Amino acid sequence: MELPSDALGGQGRLRQAPESFLSHELVTAISSDGVNSERRGLLRGALAAALVATSARAIAGDGGDPDIVRLPEWSRSLGKPVASNPYGQPSIYEANIVRRQSPGLTQTDQASVAFTPLQNLFGSITPSGLHFERHHQGWVDIDPRRHRLMINGLVAQPLVFTLEDLLRMPSVSRMHFLECGANTAQEWGNSAVPTVQYSHGMLSGSEWTGVPLSLLLERAGYDRTAAYLLAEGADGSSMTRTISMESALEDALVAYGQNGEMLRPEQGYPLRLVVPGLQGVSWVKWLRRLEVGDKPYATKDEASHYVDLMPNGQLRQYAAIQEAKSVITAPSGGQKLLKHGYYCITGLAWSGRGAVRKVEISVDGGRNWREARLEGSPQSKMLTRFNFDWVWQGESALLQSRVHDSTGYIQPQRAQLVAARGTRSIYHNNAIQTWRVGETGEVDNVQVG
Amino acid sequence: MSRLVSVSLVFLACASLDVRGANYPAALDALGRPATSEEIRAWDIDVRPDFQGLPPGSGSVAGGETLWLERCANCHGDFGDSNAFFTPIALGNVTEEDIESGRVAALRDPAVVRTTFMKVATLSTLWDYINRAMPWNAPKSLTTDEVYAVLAYLLNLAYIVDYDFVLSNDNISEVQQRMPNRNGMTREHGLWTASGRPDVIGSACVTDCAVGTSITSYLPDYAMDAHGNLQEQMRDYGPFPGIQTEPDKASAAPRGGSGEEGDAPLLLLSQSGCIGCHQVGKSLVGPAFDDIRERYAGRKASAYLAEKIREGGQGVWGNAVMPPMRQLDAKAVMALANWLSGQ
Ligand code: HEC
Ligand code: HEC
Repeated sequence: MELPSDALGGQGRLRQAPESFLSHELVTAISSDGVNSERRGLLRGALAAALVATSARAIAGDGGDPDIVRLPEWSRSLGKPVASNPYGQPSIYEANIVRRQSPGLTQTDQASVAFTPLQNLFGSITPSGLHFERHHQGWVDIDPRRHRLMINGLVAQPLVFTLEDLLRMPSVSRMHFLECGANTAQEWGNSAVPTVQYSHGMLSGSEWTGVPLSLLLERAGYDRTAAYLLAEGADGSSMTRTISMESALEDALVAYGQNGEMLRPEQGYPLRLVVPGLQGVSWVKWLRRLEVGDKPYATKDEASHYVDLMPNGQLRQYAAIQEAKSVITAPSGGQKLLKHGYYCITGLAWSGRGAVRKVEISVDGGRNWREARLEGSPQSKMLTRFNFDWVWQGESALLQSRVHDSTGYIQPQRAQLVAARGTRSIYHNNAIQTWRVGETGEVDNVQVG
Repeated sequence: MSRLVSVSLVFLACASLDVRGANYPAALDALGRPATSEEIRAWDIDVRPDFQGLPPGSGSVAGGETLWLERCANCHGDFGDSNAFFTPIALGNVTEEDIESGRVAALRDPAVVRTTFMKVATLSTLWDYINRAMPWNAPKSLTTDEVYAVLAYLLNLAYIVDYDFVLSNDNISEVQQRMPNRNGMTREHGLWTASGRPDVIGSACVTDCAVGTSITSYLPDYAMDAHGNLQEQMRDYGPFPGIQTEPDKASAAPRGGSGEEGDAPLLLLSQSGCIGCHQVGKSLVGPAFDDIRERYAGRKASAYLAEKIREGGQGVWGNAVMPPMRQLDAKAVMALANWLSGQ
């Protein structure tokens, strides 16, 4: 895209700290007794004023930027010793960027979700500690020495593996996205949550390491006519899911590694099933057993939940694939643009049927679309980061992204999905997301039609 | 033969591996060992829709009612109708016509709360799930006959069997024929495998596309505020800091994280399965931990509370039953008891 000559003018200048456009009185009042709605109105006013006064205040006084002119303490002191954090931690300045629960979404904390802060992540890998959590009966931390994997059912020889056995076997490492089938579920009826963390944060991308499931099935001598596989966890819920043999043989892994280390307990340590392209609930955590069978199993989470209700009252059962979807992660709901000028619109795209082929961006609610740049070469069933140059001059805008995948599938508008499936199917909402940028620079979650 | 071929294919794909010809697969076969039949019996507990895997046994509605009130009603309500912990299991909404046709008509009605019995088509699902996962805080603690009994009680609540019914492995397939939504599932969709056919595909239009661009839904202020202060949930420097929204005391804390609840050993409480029934500041199934602490402050009650946590009981705070929590180790119990008694 062609950038107007002045578009990059704001680049390289100091940005104001977000609170620096607030008056001292207001800041004091806020910190002493919280914000009431009147003050929130004031805050919005202050923001607008800050935008008007945007440019030349960066260099304070005559002597220049005090953070340059007066050397900061970290330039004048001895740093901390190695291994002060034997397991490294993010900077203390990144404390806002954590997994969060959506208030009121679930009644308990063990059958619940904590969402990934997509709005502040880069690239396509999700840090393991920020990988969303979705458990049905809490999480457990299993002693790997006491963990076993059993393969039984329609096999020539039922087998038991220890972790040692599995770690000795030939391994592969592959990058795949993991998305809960209920990601974006709250948005079927209307805009419901303020930020991309809550609307799309049951999504992650990781490098998974483990043994190809096909190899283990070969080893057990699976029945070539069997079309199904039951995967079962070792935790209290002993979560079970039916997997198609097609998916199991194509690219599934029995994984122990995630992003270079062992799985996190919240992600199924020491073993989880990796079934690329399928919804998260099928990636059974704390995996203890695989059963080869000739019929599907209709487990609780494929009979009472994870069934998609259609307007005619029918429930779609065994709906497992995550179709192509994309979302702009920044700017996104709950954020604000402080200045006019250049912005990089960025986001993620993925498809459970293949690789991302193309992502397009609209800034006018879907009337006109232009292609975004993809980072790297898109991999099958993995997140792809996209970027798009944009110059914002204070107009209101409706930002959308749309993905095309390698099968030719194109991400649908929300209205198309609702026309076919109604608003009560809970799962598999892969509609185009709209973020509205207001004239004040505030971004919110809206639906258009 | 075909086995050998595909094993070596995997090796070819694995570049770092030194492939040593045909003897390698045999070496691989030394990893893992045959499962014994006792091991398979212990773990292979799944029950399929055709009832393959169902162990023999039986249980009556009346027996199930007693069990339900002791072990399940805390969370699911006396009649399986509570939504305090989870969606209701049975609520009515299922008619004799539904049972006849095998399709629950109310599923077409957006105003009706969807219960387990309105949706589930296969009775095996419920037998299997209760057996493996319930009660939630003590999974796999029911005997086979107890699973039959509580399931019989639930079937009675859903008007599928009468109060004098005894459910068993012999009659369960007949009861399956009365499951209200047994014909309500469809596999006519493209989401079973990656090669399935999509039902909805987006438009490829790129200029002047005919789409509605008026706002049909947005978040009102109170809903913006319902997730706490968004400014504190974003990186606070860089191009896109968060909007300051009104922190709502009740919901703003990132639960399970930030220590908003004072000195409560939140992690221990939630890992020990207490938070399901108790909250710190408000009573749920059990009394609020704050109320317990107030009641026992200065009374040197550690030993009493430890015993109560281990053994459960009822009657001190009301009729609800606190289940025994014997799976906890002694150290965790003491830590919880000490915190609760202020000792
Ligand atoms: C401590 C609270 C608690 C107790 C006690 C409890 N349950 Fe549950 N039950 C839950 C929760 C929470 C879920 C949902 C779990 C999930 O998200 O997968 C559930 C789910 C269920 C379901 C599946 C409902 C559906 O539609 O998916 C059934 C059936 C059930 N419980 C039966 C029982 C029975 C029978 C007992 C007693 C033996 C029992 N429960 C005791 C909390 C409890
Ligand atoms: C299935 C629900 C449930 C769970 C899980 C549960 N409780 Fe309770 N708890 C109750 C109920 C109900 C009562 C009230 C019992 C009574 O009135 O005697 C109670 C009472 C208590 C009391 C007060 C005892 C007294 O005699 O005053 C303590 C202390 C307590 N619970 C601690 C715990 C701890 C610690 C855990 C986790 C290890 C836990 N509870 C888990 C339901 C539960």
